[in-house]
Amino acid sequence: MSRTPEQIAADRARYEEHQRKGLTFAARALPEASAMPAAPIAGDVIATETLAGGWYWSTLLRQGEALRIAQAHGFASVALVCWSARDTSERLNLPDTVKVQWDTRAQRGRVLFSDMGRVMLSITEDSSGGAHDVLLGGSTAAANAAKYPDVATRNTRDNLVLAAGKLGLSRRDLPMALTLFAPVRVTDDEGHFAWQSDLLDGNHYVDLRAEMDLLVALSNCPHPLDPGPVYAPNPVEITRYVAEVPVDDLCRTATAEAVRGFANNARAGA
Amino acid sequence: MRQPATAIQSHSIPAEAPWSGIVRKGQTIRIVDTEGQQAVDTIFYRADDFAERYSAQDTLRTQGSAYVGVGTKIVSSEGNTMLTVVADSCGRHDTMAGACSCESNTVRFGHDTRYLHACRDNFLLEVSKHGMSKRDIVPNINFFMNVPISPSGEMTIVDGLSKPGDYVELVAEMDVLCVISNCPQINNPCNGFNPTPIQVLVWDAE
Repeated sequence: MSRTPEQIAADRARYEEHQRKGLTFAARALPEASAMPAAPIAGDVIATETLAGGWYWSTLLRQGEALRIAQAHGFASVALVCWSARDTSERLNLPDTVKVQWDTRAQRGRVLFSDMGRVMLSITEDSSGGAHDVLLGGSTAAANAAKYPDVATRNTRDNLVLAAGKLGLSRRDLPMALTLFAPVRVTDDEGHFAWQSDLLDGNHYVDLRAEMDLLVALSNCPHPLDPGPVYAPNPVEITRYVAEVPVDDLCRTATAEAVRGFANNARAGA
Repeated sequence: MRQPATAIQSHSIPAEAPWSGIVRKGQTIRIVDTEGQQAVDTIFYRADDFAERYSAQDTLRTQGSAYVGVGTKIVSSEGNTMLTVVADSCGRHDTMAGACSCESNTVRFGHDTRYLHACRDNFLLEVSKHGMSKRDIVPNINFFMNVPISPSGEMTIVDGLSKPGDYVELVAEMDVLCVISNCPQINNPCNGFNPTPIQVLVWDAE
């Protein structure tokens, strides 16, 4: 295919307009971090779970329900993956999530996309201001053995294989994992990573609202960049509840990309 | 530098087209950006067990930095090194921006871009030839694609750095199936808004 200079110039101009909106207007439209401590949950509570340190858990989360994931017992990082309950080949896609929103920070007002251009979860509350990791995934047996040579540990890779297996899925179905409460940032032009502890102080929480029927799997293990020398993950408190959708819901309106993603949900009847 | 005449495989991949082939342990694969600024979306699978496949997150975690270049070990979902990048005349390649799809194009660029060919469709056609399905399509490497991530987190696709003839070479550390989508995207600068052909060469171990 050979394209004319006029076609190329027109496409470049259109891209730069999307880019300008994505990098400037959209970022300014996002809300502040959620207040600490967390306000009580307004909607009906369906279930609660204390996810033990080092362990995994999964749940059905119907459209309109939400999960609050809270560091109620001290610091913990929680890896998350999810699938459409209707078709598990549709699953969390972090590259699409960060690419279409022009930002690697998953924070309040942002949404998490599937590989099908649809919104799976809305980040309705986040006290950490987006101190999460999309880049590195969770721990593995080998990484833990190198980091904690003298103790037996559990790891996120195995936890997610187990969680998937008990849902009738396998390692083929595992997407890249989002790690909540893992303040990883790129620090320089070479792309080196750093764990920025100063981004997280106190016991934080995140609320995630399902925008389609989902299967959600969580793993509560120390993130590979967590500088703590001792393997000692704390439990986290999880609440599944009926969410409210305000008329002026920010997650649905903050960015042009979110508006188009929710349009795709509506078209699919999600 | 290895000469094309001694290659045991040589494939010209047209603009917008997919390709797949086996690279044996010890062999070297070279991907050539023939005309420059052409993203080459690539996934590797272990040849005798496709359930073990390229893992972008394990690759970045092992390396400690966000971009692919000389020395990068391409790590699998089981933590094994699949290939090592041994030569690179371009300097920077992405693995966080994934592959374009008809569906993500609608979100990113509007619903009028729905009916344009995309990498995800190339991948689906190509993995189907090997008995795999959409489940098996994982986030890929984007050779010759430039996607800087800022310290505050912003991420955007900018003009590719590759010049005509730039290439990247990888030595296989296990037998792998290499699946490529020669990216058809015309809505962002990853292909200079003008998709062009690429070439793939494979040499036996010296």
